[in-house]
Amino acid sequence: MMSLEKYMPAWVKRIGAVTVLLLFVAGIVFWGSFNWALEATNKEEFCISCHEMKENVFKEYQNTIHYTNRTGVRATCPDCHVPKEWGPKMYRKIQASNEVLHKILGTIDTPEKFNAKRHELAQHEWDRMKANDSKECRNCHRYDYMDYTEQGNRAAKQHPQAFIEGKTCIDCHKGIAHQLPAIDQHIGKQNEGAVQISHGEKPEEKAEEKK
Amino acid sequence: MRFIPALALAAAVLLSGAGVASAQENLESLRGKMPINQEARSDNMFRPEKDQEIIPRNFQKQPPLIPHSIKGYNITQNFNKCMDCHSKERAEETGATKVAKSHYLDREDKKHSNISPRRYFCMQCHVPQFDAKPLVENTYKPAAKKGE
Repeated sequence: MMSLEKYMPAWVKRIGAVTVLLLFVAGIVFWGSFNWALEATNKEEFCISCHEMKENVFKEYQNTIHYTNRTGVRATCPDCHVPKEWGPKMYRKIQASNEVLHKILGTIDTPEKFNAKRHELAQHEWDRMKANDSKECRNCHRYDYMDYTEQGNRAAKQHPQAFIEGKTCIDCHKGIAHQLPAIDQHIGKQNEGAVQISHGEKPEEKAEEKK
Repeated sequence: MRFIPALALAAAVLLSGAGVASAQENLESLRGKMPINQEARSDNMFRPEKDQEIIPRNFQKQPPLIPHSIKGYNITQNFNKCMDCHSKERAEETGATKVAKSHYLDREDKKHSNISPRRYFCMQCHVPQFDAKPLVENTYKPAAKKGE
């Protein structure tokens, strides 16, 4: 011990080697548990532990290609709804505290309340995806690696055209994992006056009108 | 004296029971003899055909067939997936076949600006294609067109 002491920096000597070691271990424990909590709240089981998610969006999701498909590769809630990068992930997690508040308030605790809010909730996700160029889609689907000859007639025609126009995945692929809110498609009385769905070009037109 | 109707009843019950049992043995549903709470084997399941170009009609006024996959396409009160491409507002951009003018008429032949509610469920008339071979030979020939 005596021989080691001369290699120690002054600040270690001041607080003691044992304290430094304890602080180091405490750091590992703290970071480990922080990371564990982060991972635990990033699991599908956690998401659907709220009945709001389990009985509405998760049920709808089970009929879609991202849940059940030929090869059995599937996406879970956080794959699309939580960014993978550390910074945006922290931002989203802090944002989610608002969702905890509304869980306590019971804002969407019945299917009727959920459906009344469906457009607003969907619009948040559409806006987020549009702003980050559908980053969560592109974590798996990269258009640089798409083989158009393997795609169906319609996809092979639409994809290159949309990419040239600078569109992003969410511009066309809305309502692929959950049901859509009421959309005015000019095809019937029941949805007249409901929101119109954007196909990637309409928001820009609206923005120009405002100017 | 009292035994006779009772015996007759018992005999009738036994006979009808046997009749039902034999009828059940002869009947077989499309899913075979699989009990209702078990999943039937699916080795002869029909598969959707690959996307193709527009399929020519077999007779005049035939509802055009759907030449593409419709997997996961929903028609709900909120949203009609078919009309996302085939409505007259969207058809030009998507290159899809526009819904016919007849779809805007109600049952009194009155024209509306929206498609008629009786036309809302597209797949009542327009059907996707599967590799199901006809069970019997079909000798149907369309009636000749005017002037043919």
